[in-house]
Amino acid sequence: MNTVTPVSPVRTRKKQNKFLRFLNSKKVVPFVFISPFVLSLLLFTVYPAIQGVIMSFQSVLPGQVEFIGMSNYERVFNPTFYRAVSNTTAYVVLTVLILTIIPMVLAVILNSKHVRFRTIFRASLFIPALTSTIVGGMIFRFMFSEQESAVANQLIGVFGFDPLKWMFTPWAAIGLMVMLACWRWIGVNILYFLAALQNVPDEMYEAAEIDGATRFQRFRFITMPMLKPIIIFVSTITIINGFRMFEESYVFWAVGSPGNIGLSIAAYIYQQGIQQNDMGFGAALGVVLMLIIFVISIIYLIATGTFKKGDR
Amino acid sequence: MMKKNNNKLLGVVATVVMAIVSLIALFPIISIVLSSFIPSASLMRNGISFSFPWDELTLSNYTYIFTQSAEYWTWYGNSLWISALMIVLSLFFSSMVGYALAMYDFKGSNIFFVAVVFILMVPFEILMLPLFQLMIDMTLIDTYLGVILPGVVAPVAVFFFRQYALGLPKELMDAARIDGSTEYGIFFKIMLPLMGPSLAAMAILQGLGSWNNFLWPLLVLRSNDMFTLPLGLATLLTPYGNNYDVLIAGSVMTIIPIVILFFFFQRYFISGLTVGGVKG
Repeated sequence: MNTVTPVSPVRTRKKQNKFLRFLNSKKVVPFVFISPFVLSLLLFTVYPAIQGVIMSFQSVLPGQVEFIGMSNYERVFNPTFYRAVSNTTAYVVLTVLILTIIPMVLAVILNSKHVRFRTIFRASLFIPALTSTIVGGMIFRFMFSEQESAVANQLIGVFGFDPLKWMFTPWAAIGLMVMLACWRWIGVNILYFLAALQNVPDEMYEAAEIDGATRFQRFRFITMPMLKPIIIFVSTITIINGFRMFEESYVFWAVGSPGNIGLSIAAYIYQQGIQQNDMGFGAALGVVLMLIIFVISIIYLIATGTFKKGDR
Repeated sequence: MMKKNNNKLLGVVATVVMAIVSLIALFPIISIVLSSFIPSASLMRNGISFSFPWDELTLSNYTYIFTQSAEYWTWYGNSLWISALMIVLSLFFSSMVGYALAMYDFKGSNIFFVAVVFILMVPFEILMLPLFQLMIDMTLIDTYLGVILPGVVAPVAVFFFRQYALGLPKELMDAARIDGSTEYGIFFKIMLPLMGPSLAAMAILQGLGSWNNFLWPLLVLRSNDMFTLPLGLATLLTPYGNNYDVLIAGSVMTIIPIVILFFFFQRYFISGLTVGGVKG
């Protein structure tokens, strides 16, 4: 559709010209530009989203699809699901805290003119974001393997603790996934905060310094309020991505962690929908997950005052 | 005077703190690169350890992967192909849309833009199973196209291109129109080249996302010789791995090219990966 040759004003081939002129009119052009996108959007996003809701009321077997009312949803609230929800919630709470506070503090440090090698530090912290969760997780498996000689056990050994079977201890299982995610995302979040810090005028700090504000007070009463929008942004995407977590769980236990200590909601969807071929039930889980994400995001955004007018 | 010294001291302390944090961040990468030069049996026995066996250094993992492991290079090729196709297609479609939204006033453009932002928020997990069903119906299971097509819709990229195109001079378009250029000619010959930096940033976002993507290819791809690198490596990641030489050296070879690219195109990596913070 983009092979239209430029219309030269000299050459006048009546019929063809009319069509080309139509294609080239300012009313039509934008629709030509967006049409492939709209088509794929309808096919690959809108249709599956609707289909997902429909499927959640169906029993889906090859060549045999029937509506079964709410019974998929009735099955959703079972002990395994609660386990997945509690794992995922713990993961979300921890990642949100760590991935908001630490990058903010590090960005403030990196933003100070007194710190040297800032570009090197920034790049080093960013590099983990280039690895895939699979490769990163594989490295973590070797660092947190159960032998006494593995890095993690050597470290806790210094403090007199016995070697731990990290991948088979419930609290450590959550910890592994949290650490993996934080390791990969801290550098990216630092960049968000650094960008926001560029917008804090130096004069504000100078004025505060003249008024005798301490370093901490300057951070608390100037930096933090100025960073509020980006804090909300970073924590919101961390919440959303946290509830969708799948790979961090998969890389440690594939889909079968002992006692489901590493099962996330998304992993549960994969397990039921794809592995057990129970697509209707999987779709119902997907709808529930979407509702959870939606409700929590809204509550969070209201609580942080994002929707209040005039207060950004 | 005291204040100056104070600042200097704090600067030193902060530099040291940052150096330690950076080392912690780099430690996993450095240690896997080092570990790829020791026999994998030794790595399996000890894990990644502070007491590194310097006397066991060997190139055997790499000789093995280069000479014995055709499978690994198949995955590598698949990943390269899929990422390249993904970059080309999604950039092509998304840049057109972002540009159209920024440069033309057309009916419904605002509603359309809001819809794009809204779709950004639909979690992939609710689309996953119906999309999978759709791929079965379209007989795209176990094909490159099945992996690529759903990702070609990239609302993040549309958003990014729109913001970037808004900053381009509209006068250029009028000048080109007077010169007799078509609207499409204006886009491809004049405006698209001007969008170069945004194209680079999005190429990196899409390329890295697709290079590292796991969940969707896991659903679509079935046969071992269609696998991408993350999928293939994940199959080697078993507790009784007898293929750990390929796993370790192979993982290192997925990271290193990206890190090298990162040092050359840092600016684009950074703007690409901080747009909207969508997880890759």
